[in-house]
Amino acid sequence: MSQNSDSDGAAIVVRELRRRFGRQQVLDGVNLDCPRGQITTIVGPSGCGKTVLLKHLNLLLRPDSGTIVIDGVEVTKLGWREKNKIREKFGMLFQAGALFDSMTVFDNVAFPLVELTTISREEIRARVEETLEAVGLRGMEDKYPSELSGGMQKRAALARAMIRRPKILMLDEPTTGLDPTRTHQIHELVRKTQQQFELTAVMVSHDVPAVFEFSDRIAFMHRGKMALNGTVAEVMASKNEEFTRFMQGRTSGIDEPPAAAVAR
Amino acid sequence: MPIVSLIERLGAFVIDGVSSMGDFIIFLAAALFYALQPPYKVRLLIRQMRSIGAESFFLVGLIGLFTGMVLGLQGYNTLSRFGSEGALGTVVALVLVRELGPVLAALMVAARAGSAMAAELGSMQATEQIDALSVMAINPVQYLVTPRVLAGIISFPLLTALFDVIGIWGGWAVGVGLMGAPNGPFFNGIAQNMSGHDIATGIYKALVFGLVVMWVCCYKGYHAERMATGVSRATTEAVVLSSVLILVWDYFLTSVLL
Repeated sequence: MSQNSDSDGAAIVVRELRRRFGRQQVLDGVNLDCPRGQITTIVGPSGCGKTVLLKHLNLLLRPDSGTIVIDGVEVTKLGWREKNKIREKFGMLFQAGALFDSMTVFDNVAFPLVELTTISREEIRARVEETLEAVGLRGMEDKYPSELSGGMQKRAALARAMIRRPKILMLDEPTTGLDPTRTHQIHELVRKTQQQFELTAVMVSHDVPAVFEFSDRIAFMHRGKMALNGTVAEVMASKNEEFTRFMQGRTSGIDEPPAAAVAR
Repeated sequence: MPIVSLIERLGAFVIDGVSSMGDFIIFLAAALFYALQPPYKVRLLIRQMRSIGAESFFLVGLIGLFTGMVLGLQGYNTLSRFGSEGALGTVVALVLVRELGPVLAALMVAARAGSAMAAELGSMQATEQIDALSVMAINPVQYLVTPRVLAGIISFPLLTALFDVIGIWGGWAVGVGLMGAPNGPFFNGIAQNMSGHDIATGIYKALVFGLVVMWVCCYKGYHAERMATGVSRATTEAVVLSSVLILVWDYFLTSVLL
């Protein structure tokens, strides 16, 4: 299913998305297309609104205006029941993993199945073991998140995000706090998982240019707008001044809005 | 323009106050609304009743024992001045059942379970675990807050009853056993003077305190700022605010139920 009935086959289409926190226009008319079966990586200076954008895509925040279409459904005005329907289609990997620290790795990964499905215990066990195998965490079932290294926590969180076999995977800076080797491993794992399950992935990352190797498309965000959005080759070839400056590490962004404001 | 900025600040203060008051009330309404919505998580409710109720049993019992003992001592000392040691049982039991039982049990549980709850929810908020629940299509209020509030409403009256009973025995042990107040009138007085209304008053108070303490502690934890100091501040505010609200509500409930 290379092309879908949608005009451009994109799984996620964002149009003119705006969101303001206090006096700060964090999203100022964002446009973004995430085609099916590809990894779209959003990069940009910190404070440009990447994480806020992702929180709109996973429906944690509601925009002031603009539209988000996920899999053909406009999601910005849905009630909680409809929202939860849409959310079944995607998995999310949070920056710090967001594993439940009162539960073992097994229980964490099994959690979405236990809470939201009626699958039998044996089948859940089989699915969890298979998924942990895929992320290289077999044998860690009974450990608690605090007993794992940073990289392992990310792997466990990825396993949890993948356990319901979503069609869309969202990743918020999956390599934060990891050394270059682990970063590379996580990128490879994300790529492998994405190809294996033909996922549409949206990743927010600050790992430039390392992340380009593992992405299909790059969206460069600057001051609440998408300054660039295209294939890796297109973006790399662009002469956009801000992008060039960003890649050379000379960019200056507006400050991040306070975490509490972003939270809700 | 100092006057304009002063008015601006006053306006912001009022708006902040009203909107956070609204948030606070909507939070409870949501917790109670989701209690009626499937899926019903009895397992979560039982787990919370264990941590709020069962695990507070020893502490509440201990406080109850000493409160009763001191009442026995003070009561005997005061009553003996009027030669009415026989009324000791009535005094100890009424004071405990109507007033000290619900209030002190609630304060102890707020300090013990409420603070832990605010800290737990606060750190879940700080590490995006609450967002993770939302994104997994699990309603975090229904999953985290509803069972805690319900467990509070169920556990507080039980703990209060425990406090009262142990307290009365403590008062008996000191008043009758140690000080030599007459044994028969101690229990006879309780049986004759304690009405069903006295007991109901204590239970109503415990129900309200259970709701208030869990509501405040969950709200403060759930809305903690996403940093370490945010969690510690949420915990402090949760305990302080619930303690104050216990005593404020105690006054109003007493005046209504008297």
